[in-house]
Amino acid sequence: MPRVHRAVLAAAAIALLGTACTGTSTAPAASDDATKDTTITFWHGWSAPSEVAAIDANVKAFEAKFPNIKVKVVGNINDDKIKQALRAGGPNSPDVVSSFTTDNVGTFCASHVFADLKPFLDKSGVDLDKNFPKPLQDYTQFQGTRCTLPLLNDAYGLYYNKDAFKAAGITSPPKTMSEFDAAAKKLTKAKGDSFSQLGFMPNFHGFESTTTHFAAQWNPTYFTAEGKSNLAADPAFANMLKWQSNLVKELGGFAKLEKYRATFGDEFGAKNPFHTGQVAMAIDGEWRLGMAKEAGVKFTMGVAPFPVPDDQADSYGKGYLSGTIIGIANTSQKQNAAWELVKFMTTDTDAVVSFANAIHNVPSTLDALKSPKLTADENFKTFLEIAQHPKSSTTPASPNGGAYQLTLQDFAYAFEAGKQTDLAAGLARTDAQVDKDIAQAK
Amino acid sequence: MTATTIAPARRPALSEGLRRKRRQERLRNLAFLSPWLIGVSVFFLYPLVSTVYFSFMKYDGFTAPTWVGLKNWTYVFTDYPFFWPALRNTLWLVIVMVTLRVLFGLGIGLLITKVKTGAGFFRTAFYLPYLAPPVAATMAFAFLLNPGTGPVNNILGSLGLPQPGWFNDPHWSKPALTLLALWGIGDLMVIFMASLLDVPLEQYEAASLDGAGWWQRFKFVTMPNIQPIVLFAVITGVIQTMQYYTQPLVAGKVASGVIGGSGQQFEPGYPEKSTLTLPQLVYHLGFQRFDTGGACVIALVLFGLAMVFTAFLMRRGSGFLATDD
Repeated sequence: MPRVHRAVLAAAAIALLGTACTGTSTAPAASDDATKDTTITFWHGWSAPSEVAAIDANVKAFEAKFPNIKVKVVGNINDDKIKQALRAGGPNSPDVVSSFTTDNVGTFCASHVFADLKPFLDKSGVDLDKNFPKPLQDYTQFQGTRCTLPLLNDAYGLYYNKDAFKAAGITSPPKTMSEFDAAAKKLTKAKGDSFSQLGFMPNFHGFESTTTHFAAQWNPTYFTAEGKSNLAADPAFANMLKWQSNLVKELGGFAKLEKYRATFGDEFGAKNPFHTGQVAMAIDGEWRLGMAKEAGVKFTMGVAPFPVPDDQADSYGKGYLSGTIIGIANTSQKQNAAWELVKFMTTDTDAVVSFANAIHNVPSTLDALKSPKLTADENFKTFLEIAQHPKSSTTPASPNGGAYQLTLQDFAYAFEAGKQTDLAAGLARTDAQVDKDIAQAK
Repeated sequence: MTATTIAPARRPALSEGLRRKRRQERLRNLAFLSPWLIGVSVFFLYPLVSTVYFSFMKYDGFTAPTWVGLKNWTYVFTDYPFFWPALRNTLWLVIVMVTLRVLFGLGIGLLITKVKTGAGFFRTAFYLPYLAPPVAATMAFAFLLNPGTGPVNNILGSLGLPQPGWFNDPHWSKPALTLLALWGIGDLMVIFMASLLDVPLEQYEAASLDGAGWWQRFKFVTMPNIQPIVLFAVITGVIQTMQYYTQPLVAGKVASGVIGGSGQQFEPGYPEKSTLTLPQLVYHLGFQRFDTGGACVIALVLFGLAMVFTAFLMRRGSGFLATDD
C-alpha cells in the first residue's frame, strides 16, 4: 500500500477513535420552557403491580397539576440499565431517573451524569433543612454536589415472631446486643443436625443481615475527613464483627447455619424464612410489613428498633436508613420540565404521603412524616420513629459506588467463616484495598 | 578503483491499456473482498484498536477520556482483588471443563453410533439439553443441587453418600458448573457423531483382519480420522470457556440468595470468588464501576489468552490437520 494511503488510513483511524467512541455527556443548559407543552420520560425501578399502580397514580396527580407536561413512564429499571442509558444518551434516554439504592449517588454526582440540582432548588426556593431529615440529605449528595433528592425512605428494624417469643417466655423485644443474643439462643430449636426454628440468622449472606446494616448500630465512620477508609481505626467495625462471629458460634457455627440458610426461600417471595417461621427474628426494612401481610403469615408479628451495643443503650431506637433517590439526567433537553416532576414527587406533601401509603415505605419529608393522612399502624410507627432518630445513619456515597461496602463484606465473609482470624490486620488490609479502589476511580 | 553504479534494470513500461486493466482488476478484487473487509474492520479491528487505546485511558463513559499510562494495567494486575481468582478459575475451566466436555462428547458420540435400536431417541435425549436457555438450565441445576433441599443431595443422603455443598461450596462450585456443561453436551455429540460416521468402514475391516482389538481400532483408525474434529472441538471449547459468563453468574446469584439492594452488595463469584470468570470482571469494572480502562485491560488479557491457547493447540495439533492428499 502506498505510504500516503497508509498515512491517510492511520489519521482516519485516530480521528475515529478520538471522536466516535468516546461518547461524552455535555450538560445542556436548562433552557426549556416548562410552561409549554412537552413530554418527559421518567424511569423507575418498581415492578410489582401494586407499586406500578401507585407510581402511575402519583404521575397522574402531577399531570393534573401540570397539564402541559406529559410523563412517559418506564418501570422495572435497575442501576445497570440507568448507567448504560445515560452513557448512550439519545432521544429515548430518560429525563428523570429514580434508583432504589443510594450506593451509586457518588458515581452519579462525581461523573455529572445527573444534573446538579442546586440551581433548581435555589430557583424554586426549596429549603432542604425544612424539607428533609439530615441523613436523607446526606445520602443524596456527594462531596457538596447535590445531584439527587430522596423519594421515600427505607428504615431497618427488628422483626420478631410474637408467638415464638411467648412460647420461649420472652416478654419484650431485646434492646441491647446481649439481650438479643440471649433471645436468639432461647428461640433456637434444634432438629437433628439442623434447626426447626432459628432465633436469628446472623450469617452475612442471610438476606438483610449485612455488614452495613449491622454496623449502623455502632455509629460507624466509614471514611476520614480526607476520604481515606477508616475501618481499622473506628472500633465500631471490629466490635460489630466480633459480636456477629460470636453469635454465629453460639447458634451452632458457620457451616451449620450456612446449611440451614440453603433451605430458605426467596427473600422477596412468600417463602421468606421469617414468613415461614424458619427464623424467629430478622433485620429488615419497613416493606416487609406489606410483604408479610400479603404472604398471609400465621403468627403475630412484632416490630422494634434493632438492638444497640450494651455500652450505647441510650441510643436505642436508631437504625440503618436508605431509600429511593431521584435525579435529572444531565443529557436531558427538558431539565426545567423534569425538575417540576422531581420537585412534585419529592416535596409535595400529599404526593409523598399517598405514595408512601401505597407502597408501604417511610415518607421522605419532615411534613409528610407528621401528616395526618399517613396510614401507620403500631408496627409502621416504629419505622417512622427509626427514620427520625437523630442517631440513625446510612452508608456514605463514594466515587465508585458501593465498592467499599463490597470490600468490607468480602473480609466479613472470610472472618465469619474463620478463614481470617486476625481482625485488626484484616481490617487494615481492607482499608488499603478500599483506598486503592477509590484511587483507581478518581 | 572507481565505484561503478549499476542502474537498476528498468521494467518495461506498461501500456496505458494494461495499467487500466490491472487497476480495474484490483478494484474488482477489492469490491469482492469489501464485505469481509468492512466486517473485519468494523467488528474486529476497530473494537480491538479501541480496546487497546482505552486500556491506557481513564474513561467513565460520561466525560472525555484522559491518558493515564499504565495505571489501569497496574491496578488490574496488582490491586484488583478479583483478577487473579478469576484468571485461576478461567484456566481451571479451560483445562478441566473443556477436556471433560470433549471426552464426554466423543464418548457419547461413539456410544450412539454403536446403538442398534433407539438411536434416534438417544440422539434427541442427549441433544435436547443443549437447547435449554442457559439461565433456565442453571437455575434448574441450582435447584437440583441445593445442598439443603435439592433432590440430588436427598438421594445421596439416603444412600449414605457424602452430600456436597455444590454451588454453595467453593470446592464444589466449579465441578457443579462442569456437570452443567456436560449435561448440555449436545453440540459436541452431534459434531463427533458426524465425524465418526464418516470414518471409512473398510479401514475398520482391514484392521480387524489384522487382528486389531477395539482399543487399537480406536487408536489407529478412529482417532486419525477424527483428529481435525477433536482439534476443532478443543479450540472452540477453549474460546467459549474464555467467554463463560451466564452460567457462573446465575449460579452464584441463585446460590447466594442475595438480591442486592442498598447496603447489600452482591458478591461476585459466590462462593468465595470460586465462580468468578474474567468476562464477569469486564462487566463488573466496565458497566458497574464505570472503569472502562480496567475493563479493557481484562478484555485484552482474555484476547491474549485465547490467542496463546489457540496458537499452542494449532501448533501441537498441526499433525492432526495434515492430509495425505
